[in-house]
Amino acid sequence: MSAAPPHPRTLAGMAGGLAKREFSSVELTRHLLGRLEAAQPQLNAMISITGEGALAAAALADGAFASGKAGPLTGLPIVHKDIFCTAGVRTTCGSRMLDNFVSPYDATVVAKLKAAGTVMLGKSNMDEFAMGSSNETSFYGPVRNPWNPAMVPGGSSGGSAAVVASRLAPAATATDTGGSIRQPAALTGVTGLKPTYGRVSRYGMIAFASSLDQAGVIAATAEDCAMMLGAMAGFDPRDSTSVDAPVPDYVAALAAPAKGLRIGLVKEFFDTGLDAENERQLRAAFAVYEKLGVTLVDVSLPNIGLSVPTYYVVAPAECSSNLARFDGVRFGHRCDNPKDLLDLYKRSRGEGFGAEVKRRIMTGTYVLSAGYYDAYYLKAQRVRQLISADFAQAFEHVDVLAGPTSPTPAFALGAKTADPITMYLNDIYTIGANLAGVPALSVPCGFVNGLPVGLQLVGPHFSEAKLLAAAHAFQLETDWHARVPAAWL
Amino acid sequence: MDWETVIGLEIHAQLSTKSKIFSGSSTAYGAAPNAQANLVDLGYPGVLPVLNGEAVRMAVSFGLAVNAAIAPRSVFARKNYFYPDLPKGYQISQYELPVVGKGSLDIVLEDGTKKRIGITRAHLEEDAGKSLHEGLAGASAIDLNRAGTPLVEIVSEPDMRSAKEAVAYMKKVHTLVRYLGICDGNMQEGSFRCDANVSVRPKGSDQFGTRAEIKNLNSFRFVEKAINYEVARQIDVLEGGGKVVQETRLYDPDKGETRSMRSKEEANDYRYFPDPDLLPLEIDAAFLETVRATLPELPDAKATRFVAQYGLSEYDAGVLTASRELAAYYEDVVARLGGEPKLAANWVNGDLAAFLNRENLEIDSSRVGAAQLAGLVARIADGTISGKIAKDVFEAMWASGREADAIIEEKGLRQITDTGAIERAIDEVMAKNPGQLAEYRAGKEKLFGFFVGQTMKATQGKANPAQLNELLKKKLAGP
Repeated sequence: MSAAPPHPRTLAGMAGGLAKREFSSVELTRHLLGRLEAAQPQLNAMISITGEGALAAAALADGAFASGKAGPLTGLPIVHKDIFCTAGVRTTCGSRMLDNFVSPYDATVVAKLKAAGTVMLGKSNMDEFAMGSSNETSFYGPVRNPWNPAMVPGGSSGGSAAVVASRLAPAATATDTGGSIRQPAALTGVTGLKPTYGRVSRYGMIAFASSLDQAGVIAATAEDCAMMLGAMAGFDPRDSTSVDAPVPDYVAALAAPAKGLRIGLVKEFFDTGLDAENERQLRAAFAVYEKLGVTLVDVSLPNIGLSVPTYYVVAPAECSSNLARFDGVRFGHRCDNPKDLLDLYKRSRGEGFGAEVKRRIMTGTYVLSAGYYDAYYLKAQRVRQLISADFAQAFEHVDVLAGPTSPTPAFALGAKTADPITMYLNDIYTIGANLAGVPALSVPCGFVNGLPVGLQLVGPHFSEAKLLAAAHAFQLETDWHARVPAAWL
Repeated sequence: MDWETVIGLEIHAQLSTKSKIFSGSSTAYGAAPNAQANLVDLGYPGVLPVLNGEAVRMAVSFGLAVNAAIAPRSVFARKNYFYPDLPKGYQISQYELPVVGKGSLDIVLEDGTKKRIGITRAHLEEDAGKSLHEGLAGASAIDLNRAGTPLVEIVSEPDMRSAKEAVAYMKKVHTLVRYLGICDGNMQEGSFRCDANVSVRPKGSDQFGTRAEIKNLNSFRFVEKAINYEVARQIDVLEGGGKVVQETRLYDPDKGETRSMRSKEEANDYRYFPDPDLLPLEIDAAFLETVRATLPELPDAKATRFVAQYGLSEYDAGVLTASRELAAYYEDVVARLGGEPKLAANWVNGDLAAFLNRENLEIDSSRVGAAQLAGLVARIADGTISGKIAKDVFEAMWASGREADAIIEEKGLRQITDTGAIERAIDEVMAKNPGQLAEYRAGKEKLFGFFVGQTMKATQGKANPAQLNELLKKKLAGP
């Protein structure tokens, strides 16, 4: 482990230091690369560390500072979840299937952050094809929780969350299909934002469930998330589902006071399964908001209890089709000596995909099959409409909804791998926002048995600025987000 | 037992957009294998489809041309199956909600009566690539240049009752898509092809028989032969006490027969579902009006106008309007002549068509242009040459590319209209053939033809036929 860094730990702090030329991007990058490499044996948070490219990008950034052409993100080192395609860099999606895949192009998110001057340190570990809630389905082995290496970091963006929690990088891109940004953020004590569906381009982000997948960010603070989102968001002509709406100045919007906000407490989220200690931390967080002049209102999302079964029909259905392209023909894993076409398909896919991915492909194939489509897929789509309508109705009364991010703090590695249903129930509070397409974030709000827990805020479509401001106001009053595991100080 | 044939066609017309339906790759035919396949066409991880607006405009223009309902909202769906020339493992098509709904068009039967054929729907979809198996020992090759080419699939009602009707319908659709400029209609290159659903039933029955689907027919001749073969096969099966099996069949043009490809039980479950990467396609009234405003005069309307404006028969008008280019050529000839529409029609549908046919040329590559043909027809109209001589002149024009007038002058083909000259020729013929003259005058009037022939020969065919007839009659009758 390298010595405590001479640098600020947040994205905003680093940006200030770079702007004042207190240190160079090359110095900062070299320092963080060293920490990342050193942390690999303990955390396994990264799949690829791209030192050479990072130092070259940092040198370019330093040049931009020297010539006065630097922007707000210039020279800031970040990590990309290995689900984003990066030109010339291996992009595995956590799968053996893509172990040999070097993307020929940059995802839009990657290209935008590159254009903004950020420095990519590497690609973070993740559940295979983003399917998992513990980062244990990765072909590259599980990521450890920086707060306790016996615990999972959550998933699927476990690597991105662990990297930020241990301050190996100030920010990381991530993706969220059913909670994959917010749940690991909660379990590692960092801030994670899943934007509105369509706010950030999905082009170049390897698809799991296209109607639910959304790119977002994990960082230590809401302010850092705001800095990143500003560069990531916006219409992309390459993604038909991206929305052509102006991108507000999220950093400037942080100044909006919380006073006068109406926050709805989702009563269904406190009914069942929520850890009592976890609830106590949440209630304390609500008290902070009350002190800030927020009005707390009880609200109901009557159909939210159907979100897990709905999700586990829709997401596998889409995944079964999205993952059909991994057939061993054009890229990715191909079995040795296929004897015919069918053998090539069967063995390439059989060897390339892990158990959880196969389970979901099979589930999805089943629910789309003739004779089952109406009973499963079509019905799930109808329930999805009901859940969306619940959210829309709630937002007629309140500005933001609040509740837990995850039912429990981080659990032990291996504790839930034998029972997929228990694992799926981890996402009970997060899936609703994906089904409704609304933005949601998780902020650290306390500890249970030395493990962080998160407060989830959910807003109406395109209310990211409001959510970030509400989270920022909370972080001005609390220091949960500033806590760093002792081992990573 | 008397049997009735029932046929429905699914026509695939490749839309002539410059780029593919969901990617920016070129659709030009004939490039090196895989030279026109980008990351989207290859189905790379992370790529997404973006709909080509021009493909939508073309599909809508077809819908309007067959008086179909255009869906204000239609949905792209994924048709899932594994095949190496289908890179994504699914084809993006339209399933439950196609862009073009119910419409119809009229065909003309052999006896001249009209028959209306219903169109069930037409939808947009992407084509797959090509698998090549020949000449590759133990291997297959994939060419993805065609993958993602836009197609409109036009599904008819089972309204056709013979192979001839099916061909007439297919030709009509072929004419229409080329008029609309939405498909080049090139059947050799696969731009226009069809699947035929064929069944038979006892005459008078109101129930359909079990059908077989014959896949991928890419010529009018094959459609006719394949259907006729299939109808005979099905009747044989039924009359032999067997049952027709619902299946997909392939037509083998070398053997002239269809053979089973896969049965209904072996058919894929395509697991269609709405493609979450594409928003529903929404078409508003304003867009419809813009497309409607750009529609050309369509074949039926043009034929009706030709009958009214040029006094042509329905048959001639139908032939002349079979392609937009041919109709334009004809109208160009008439315009240059300033009249003579029937004579012009005879020449376009007659000698010109025969020469084009002989060399397998389209009107666009005719060796005799509209201006040249008008030059020739004008000389017939003004009596400079006879229709018979004109045929020789036309042949010379076709061979040399020269103008009619130049050929007439050079070869001295100008018709003889000088009464004195014709009379001199008649006198000579009469003098040379005293025996025949005597017989004629004795009442053997059949010999008139002999004298016409001899006099024509004497004038190298240049005597004006009407004048010749008149003068000959007078002279033969005697002083």
